[in-house]
Amino acid sequence: MSSIFCEVSKYLMIILFALYTFECFFVFRKKYNKEQRENIFRRQNIWMLLIHLDGYLVLLDQTENWGILLFYGVQLIFFISVIISYRLLYEKSAQLLVNNMCMLMAIGFLILTRLSIEQAFKQFAIAVAAMIFALGIPFCIKKIRFIRKMTWVYAVIGLLALSAVAVMGAVSYGAKLSVTIAGITLQPSEFVKIIFVFFVAGMLHKSTEFKQVVITTVVAAAHVIVLVLSRDLGGALIFFTVYLVMLYVATAKPVYFLGGLAGGSLAALVAYRLFSHVQVRVLAWQDPLSVIDNEGYQICQSLFAIGTGGWFGVGLNQGMPEKIPVVEQDFVFSAISEELGGIFALCLIMVCMSCFLMFLNIAMQLKDGFYKLVALGLGTTYGFQVFLTIGGVIKFIPSTGVTLPLVSYGGSSLLSTVIIFAIIQGFYILKESEGKLNEKRKTGKRTGVTQKTGNLR
Amino acid sequence: MKKEKQEREQESLKKPEISVRNREFAVITYCFIGLFLCLMGYFVYFQVKKSEDFINNSYNSRQETFAENILRGEIHSADGEILAKTETDENGNENRIYPYDNMFSHIVGYSTTKYGQSGIESWANFNLLRSNAFFLEKTVDEMKDQKSIGDNVVTTLNYSLQSIAYQALGEYDGAVIVLEPSTGKILAAVSKPDFDPNTIEENWENIIADEEDESVLVNRATQGLYPPGSTFKIFTALEYIRQNPNTYTDYSYTCTGNMQKEDNKLSCFSGEVHGNVDLEHSFSESCNTSFANIGLSLDLYKFQKNNQKLLFNQSLPVSKLETSKSSFVLNEDSSISEIMETAIGQGKTLVTPLHMAMIAGAIANDGILMEPYVIDHTENYEGAIVKTYTPVSYGELMTTEEAGILQEYMKQVVEEGTGSKLKGMSYEAAGKTGSAEYGNNKGDSHAWFVGYAHREDKEDIAIAVIVEGAGIGSAYAVPVAKSVFDMYYRY
Repeated sequence: MSSIFCEVSKYLMIILFALYTFECFFVFRKKYNKEQRENIFRRQNIWMLLIHLDGYLVLLDQTENWGILLFYGVQLIFFISVIISYRLLYEKSAQLLVNNMCMLMAIGFLILTRLSIEQAFKQFAIAVAAMIFALGIPFCIKKIRFIRKMTWVYAVIGLLALSAVAVMGAVSYGAKLSVTIAGITLQPSEFVKIIFVFFVAGMLHKSTEFKQVVITTVVAAAHVIVLVLSRDLGGALIFFTVYLVMLYVATAKPVYFLGGLAGGSLAALVAYRLFSHVQVRVLAWQDPLSVIDNEGYQICQSLFAIGTGGWFGVGLNQGMPEKIPVVEQDFVFSAISEELGGIFALCLIMVCMSCFLMFLNIAMQLKDGFYKLVALGLGTTYGFQVFLTIGGVIKFIPSTGVTLPLVSYGGSSLLSTVIIFAIIQGFYILKESEGKLNEKRKTGKRTGVTQKTGNLR
Repeated sequence: MKKEKQEREQESLKKPEISVRNREFAVITYCFIGLFLCLMGYFVYFQVKKSEDFINNSYNSRQETFAENILRGEIHSADGEILAKTETDENGNENRIYPYDNMFSHIVGYSTTKYGQSGIESWANFNLLRSNAFFLEKTVDEMKDQKSIGDNVVTTLNYSLQSIAYQALGEYDGAVIVLEPSTGKILAAVSKPDFDPNTIEENWENIIADEEDESVLVNRATQGLYPPGSTFKIFTALEYIRQNPNTYTDYSYTCTGNMQKEDNKLSCFSGEVHGNVDLEHSFSESCNTSFANIGLSLDLYKFQKNNQKLLFNQSLPVSKLETSKSSFVLNEDSSISEIMETAIGQGKTLVTPLHMAMIAGAIANDGILMEPYVIDHTENYEGAIVKTYTPVSYGELMTTEEAGILQEYMKQVVEEGTGSKLKGMSYEAAGKTGSAEYGNNKGDSHAWFVGYAHREDKEDIAIAVIVEGAGIGSAYAVPVAKSVFDMYYRY
């Protein structure tokens, strides 16, 4: 009986997740009014909780560890609290963002519980702390207006933190990523990503004259170079891309973007010639099977997992994702694809894309140029990181060793992503309140029916 | 997006004091949507096209777990014979049965729990351990806690050709490989000495000890490396034609049975005197001195380059089969004796029978090489097709004209030369014989035949035969090829 339950659950979870994903995109159809959208968001919560429940029941069935049920219960309370508190605290919050954040975290908890329950516990504890911390952020955004003025503070802190890692960081898989302070291991680049965006936005919002652009570029390049020296290639690529995108949008000059791309390609070529660790990655990407014993081992194991899983997956706890080195972090996508299936994995990519679209959408709706740039920068950070990590594990691009935000194991990554989501949430709430104000003004002028248009809630 | 834009325009019309420029945001959004779509596209492409290469890799330890739920499928020949099947005895023990014992030992291979798999059993391991039975049936199986029946693999192998080739090779060691040039299908692949896959687990220690030094487990048809002997004259002749495209027909040489260039001597087989020969007769009569003479005239740099394009010194374009690389090492620095030896197929050159059959196939197929393959399709146990493998063209090894010239030369070998045992049949045969000397004893030689046969109403077939230590090709290898051709064109 139990195998039938697992088999049916496999398909059920795919169907539920497909429904969820479908609604991520179709909620924006014109014909829906506010109330209907509200309903869809509620339905999404139900799909999510059902996937979560079904997943944990399968794990319970497979492991017969009743403790899992308790863990599930705590998580359920957590998710319901997050959803309710955003509704209560911020009436104007972007529901889809909250839903997606919870959905991604739920998938992360589920797959981590399957891979290593200790890590799942840790991850959950960090998630709770992060959410509590982040709940206040939208409020701060509304109240604190001087964040745009502190550009140089951001740059100094960011560079110092990155340099600290470059000098005394611990080496893992050839890259220096983290420092350990008082027993807590931190990955500073995860947080520097955020203040870097604030720095660039502050600089370019003030002025986009040539001189200002040069100064900003020099500081941004310093960030990237420090990361390259730490051999954090993924991080360097993200900073680089985010800067190019922000520069292009702020100046509206495609020449900066194209010139940057050309320069970046040249730098990549030089790096390929100079650094053996870059060559290794490229070699493992070109033909992993030919170097399966060494350089290509990890990517081959990842592709074995994805391929063997096929479209429908082998079922939770039935595959061998533990064969992939660091599967809980950089290669979590492969584990999901193996056990939950290729269709599920495709839906996951689309949910990440839906988050990115929300970020950019909100950026476009904002009026304040500084906020717009910040939202754009954070959105690009998120979107590009997703692209790098998934592209790397499916061998679309050489692997760069970055995590899948909200899903991969890792406290710094989880905390920083939750903060990013909260900041965007704050912008959205701000915009909604301003919208309301404008509306009031309007209704003051001309009496009649007021109907707001196109709020993507 | 569009709606967004319109709204924005409307809004900015209403409130001109706030100018919001969103064009760049939209560009970035579209760029990223593009990136994400590429990502998903590649994922789909990987699942559909690429995943099998990875799943079937022997490093993929997941395969072993499938055997717990699936009863290993059968392997069939193209003409419907069962080459391997799994039977469960009353105690629930599974035995892998090979009805034809030693006949398919290398190409079909073995499947054991202790020593893994080889041959098709290995390449199709994943397919055999997957069940595409009707899903309700599988669910019922699971409820009853019994294994589902795995998919069957249908090969391109032809039982009657394999069987006749196996018999024709007799007691000799060696290999026979038969291809269909128009598709690349492998119709037969015999390698001797062989083993009985039914009992391999019991005999493993003996086979591995290999006291008589016969490398039983090596598939000589695809992995055996032999000196090509006179069959190499196909390459030398082709190179001469390429280097002298307008004058090759004017070539002439007077054979006196032996020749001397500086201190290096070389003679024709058993000192035979061929007299005045052109290129075609040098080829059909396999005149060593004439070919040594040709070799000395060639631009060796070009010869090396061209032979690389003819698949020397590289992996053969064959999916799944384990192959060895043929080697050809002649270059500008080679000594005169090495050039003379190499031109007639001795020297350091080594080839696999599969490589030679592929060359013969490409000649028969007007220069186009089809990549050899051995699995035709997989089907579920009730015969519904799961996946079909289609022929893949490797490309042009030589031009149609070059292939045409070699076809004529090889026909001449049968008409007037060393392959005359194949003359006057219902089919038209063409080929090149060879006697490849090996070891230190003068006179010890492997018998070779490389060629193809043609008849209007059927597909052509290409063949490479090597009979180890038998003697001259025309006496020992040609009859094996004849048996295979006779069987193939029997009606």
